[in-house]
Amino acid sequence: MQIDRTVATVVREGVRAAFRHADPVLLGLILALLTLSALTVASATSGAYLAGHLINMGVALVAMLFLTQVPPQRLIHFAAPLYVVGLALLLGVTVAGDVVNGSRRWLNLGVTRIQPSELMRLAVPMAMAAYLHYRQEHLSNRHFVLAFLLLALPVGLIMRQPDLGTSLLILASGFFVLFLAGLAWRVMAGLVLLLGAVTPLAWMFVLHDYQKQRVLTLFDPASDPLGAGYHIIQSTIAIGSGGLFGKGWGQGTQARLDFLPEGHTDFVFAVYSEEFGLLGNLVLLGIYAAIVTRGLTLSYNASGMFGRLLCGAITLTFFTYALVNMGMVSGLLPVVGVPLPLVSYGGTSMVTVLLGFGILMSVSSNKSLVKT
Amino acid sequence: MSQLVNTEGAREEFRRRSQIAVWGVLGLFCILFLRFVWLQLIEHDRYSALSENNRVSLIPNIPPRGVLYDRNGVVLASGDWGYALEVIPEKIPDLPALWAQLGEVVRIEAVDLRRFRRLREEGRPFEAVPIRQRLTEVEVARFAAQRYRFPGVEMRTRDWRSYPFGPTFSHLIGYIGRISQKDKLALQEAGRWSAYRGAQYIGKAGVEKRYEAWLHGQTGFDHVEVDSGGRAIRSLGQTPAVAGANLTLHVDAGLQQVAEAAFGPYRGALVALDPTNGGLLALLSKPGYDPNLFVDGIDADAWRGLNESLDRPLLNRALRGVYPPGSTIKPFMALAGLELGLRKPSDSLADLGYFSLSAGGHRYRDWKKDGHGTVDLHKSIVISCDTYYYRLAHEMGIERMHDFLLQFGLGERSGVDLDGELAGLMPNAAWKTRRFKQPWWPGETVIAGIGQGYMLATPMQLAVATMAIANDGVIYKPQIVRAWRDPKDGRSHTAAPEVVRTLNLKPEHLRLVKAAMQAVTQPGGTAAGAGTGATYTFAGKTGTAQVVAMNAAGGSVSGSARHRDNALFIAFAPVDKPTIALAVMVENGGHGGSTAAPIARKVLDYWFLGQTTPGAAAMPAPGPASDVMTEEGDHAD
Repeated sequence: MQIDRTVATVVREGVRAAFRHADPVLLGLILALLTLSALTVASATSGAYLAGHLINMGVALVAMLFLTQVPPQRLIHFAAPLYVVGLALLLGVTVAGDVVNGSRRWLNLGVTRIQPSELMRLAVPMAMAAYLHYRQEHLSNRHFVLAFLLLALPVGLIMRQPDLGTSLLILASGFFVLFLAGLAWRVMAGLVLLLGAVTPLAWMFVLHDYQKQRVLTLFDPASDPLGAGYHIIQSTIAIGSGGLFGKGWGQGTQARLDFLPEGHTDFVFAVYSEEFGLLGNLVLLGIYAAIVTRGLTLSYNASGMFGRLLCGAITLTFFTYALVNMGMVSGLLPVVGVPLPLVSYGGTSMVTVLLGFGILMSVSSNKSLVKT
Repeated sequence: MSQLVNTEGAREEFRRRSQIAVWGVLGLFCILFLRFVWLQLIEHDRYSALSENNRVSLIPNIPPRGVLYDRNGVVLASGDWGYALEVIPEKIPDLPALWAQLGEVVRIEAVDLRRFRRLREEGRPFEAVPIRQRLTEVEVARFAAQRYRFPGVEMRTRDWRSYPFGPTFSHLIGYIGRISQKDKLALQEAGRWSAYRGAQYIGKAGVEKRYEAWLHGQTGFDHVEVDSGGRAIRSLGQTPAVAGANLTLHVDAGLQQVAEAAFGPYRGALVALDPTNGGLLALLSKPGYDPNLFVDGIDADAWRGLNESLDRPLLNRALRGVYPPGSTIKPFMALAGLELGLRKPSDSLADLGYFSLSAGGHRYRDWKKDGHGTVDLHKSIVISCDTYYYRLAHEMGIERMHDFLLQFGLGERSGVDLDGELAGLMPNAAWKTRRFKQPWWPGETVIAGIGQGYMLATPMQLAVATMAIANDGVIYKPQIVRAWRDPKDGRSHTAAPEVVRTLNLKPEHLRLVKAAMQAVTQPGGTAAGAGTGATYTFAGKTGTAQVVAMNAAGGSVSGSARHRDNALFIAFAPVDKPTIALAVMVENGGHGGSTAAPIARKVLDYWFLGQTTPGAAAMPAPGPASDVMTEEGDHAD
């Protein structure tokens, strides 16, 4: 009896400790999103991937809770090593990576294959936030330029793999760090102008044919109904046919009849949208907006500059992923191969996103411990 | 103080900027939402209709699967097509009634019904399931005339794969079968699923499986607009299918057939290699099975018959059968003795018919009760003297033996381009500690010297090791594919030979061992019978390996046919410039010289003369050993 009670106490204490730093609002929103995700993936794959998906979620949630325990002042020490390791792995991929689908993205470590660009999604904003944190007392344009170099190096390497989608998203995450750190408006205006000038050049010299094709197809999907346009045509049909209320869970025909490829990964939103309709989309957008708002609020409450910048960037990057994916699936943006965060099937993305939120929760919960 | 102001200022800036960001997020989400409103409310009817009719429809064009040829252009596996009857079970209210009606028009047998049930269980709902394959012309005509009676039954053209040689090549070529859920997941994982859209078959075993990616090709699509009835009304374009690559194999169909016939009623395996490049000339595992049975899903009874047969026809003995190599190990042991400086050619021993580790100790017996008299290295191979190798092994020790034999590929996979090859076993003390947590006993070294005990090899490994001797130490990786034609550019490519390793062996040592192996097939040798009348030179070594332990009297524990010894024979020819190296293993065949060697002889006759020589090396019926000179692994316990 006594022992039982002790065990129960230990378990209760353990659970309480595990969730001590988890922000209940954010956690609730994440769990709501994961529930929708499980429903949709189950429907898109007739249940075949559900077990794997739930396991991925479990692993990612545990990883998140683990990271909430790590105080930000310790986290900042990981920024530089993580960045250096990530950069080294990226160089390794450039030299000796495995080629999958024509891109050199994977590094074979003998035991397992990893995609170093995934690691950089967190490592780059961390390194930039840490750098600016250390220089915060007299921040000048020079520091912004150096922070930008920290960003440009990995982005350039990933672009060369070629993996345009990931490189642009990392670029965005780095930009968010600079933006939140107070990058002057006129510099940003200058960058926009520069971007306008560089785009035609990039089109001619940097982009690969298949990437150009994807962009061109965006403007006229019917021009290539079999190749690049096929995904967009089928996904817009799925979304459009969903209507106001959707066809109902498990009733989507586009995904079931194999018209919609990758219905459980990058195009999961089309399946969701077909089955849950415009109202479902509204709920989804609402959850995403709530997560972003909550995330930025938590970031603001963080007292250190490192935590603030990192969390702000993580939140806005999360938003960008969602925006780009839904824009791509609904035919507003080119197909860039970005998963819908926390909804698409896929372990790496799930873990990366939830690790980010783990950091976010850690930073907001440990604020009283941070001195500066 | 200034620091505090500064950080407070930064925090304030963060607040302003994150507010801007939130507005940006909401604004962008609004755009997205407007897009959804456009698609889901305003254009909803249009998309609904599109979805309803699946107006944009992709009709897959299944690419023709690559043809497999032997080295002379004989077709080993090829595509074919015919008419099939398919039923969507969900649309038929009363299946038994349908079978009765359909049976009046086309022949439907119990096998067809069993297969239908199995395929239906495996398939997805509302998927057409074939009830009859390969309708005859008469059946096609009769069904076409009465089609109106059978709503829900469709006649469609279907691709087919035929294996003209049936069981002969079953363990080499393998077969294709329907794509299972597991195959689908694996293809998705590999990013190859799109190439299989609409495809029904995938390689399941043998070359068909290993070279699946080459043989399958890429599915093409006809992109058509269809009306609500599902009829195509307008073609929107086409992605052409890419045909699978045609493969030419090293294998010689005639050789393989001769080998199969030569086994007669016996079970076993034969592997023949081209020592000049590692090309696989024949790979036989008997008994085989008919791969044609598997193409459309084997019916349950036939499967049970194959799977539960005591003869184990589904086991690829050439790659997955592991057997004690027996006396076929002796030429390699002799080489080891010479190379390690333990023996000189002239060293001889007085064979009393047994070897003991200590005076009065346990007697390891020779197969010949009273011994062979004075035995030197040459004679030890020719007459397969056990005592000679008991002593040699004891002096060499298991570690040196292990290291030397390992170089010949014994105890490691040959790397042949087929799945599922086993590595056999080359034991040493470390292995035994790992496996049994026991020390290595000296007696175990003694019997390892004649290829007994823990040592196990596949027929493939024995053939590779034989190639090493035939080639003066050069070991090629066994290769099945000799050439292929790339369907994209129509160009032919030839597979390059791959050297696994080159052994550093003294030429005079090799010469000695080869000469002794040649004498094995000549009068006085253990395979003299099989060598009689050969018009080419060939070198070989017989082997007989116990299946069960002998009793104290040295006799077989049981007279049952499945407890008889396995017969082995390794050979290469011609001796001076070999073009073929092979290993034969006959399960429960008795003696290597009387059962396995004659099979090798027939194969060699075909290889060099194009036909079997009548009269030479007649195949004895399974039964007591015949009167050709034999050997026996007769060590007690």
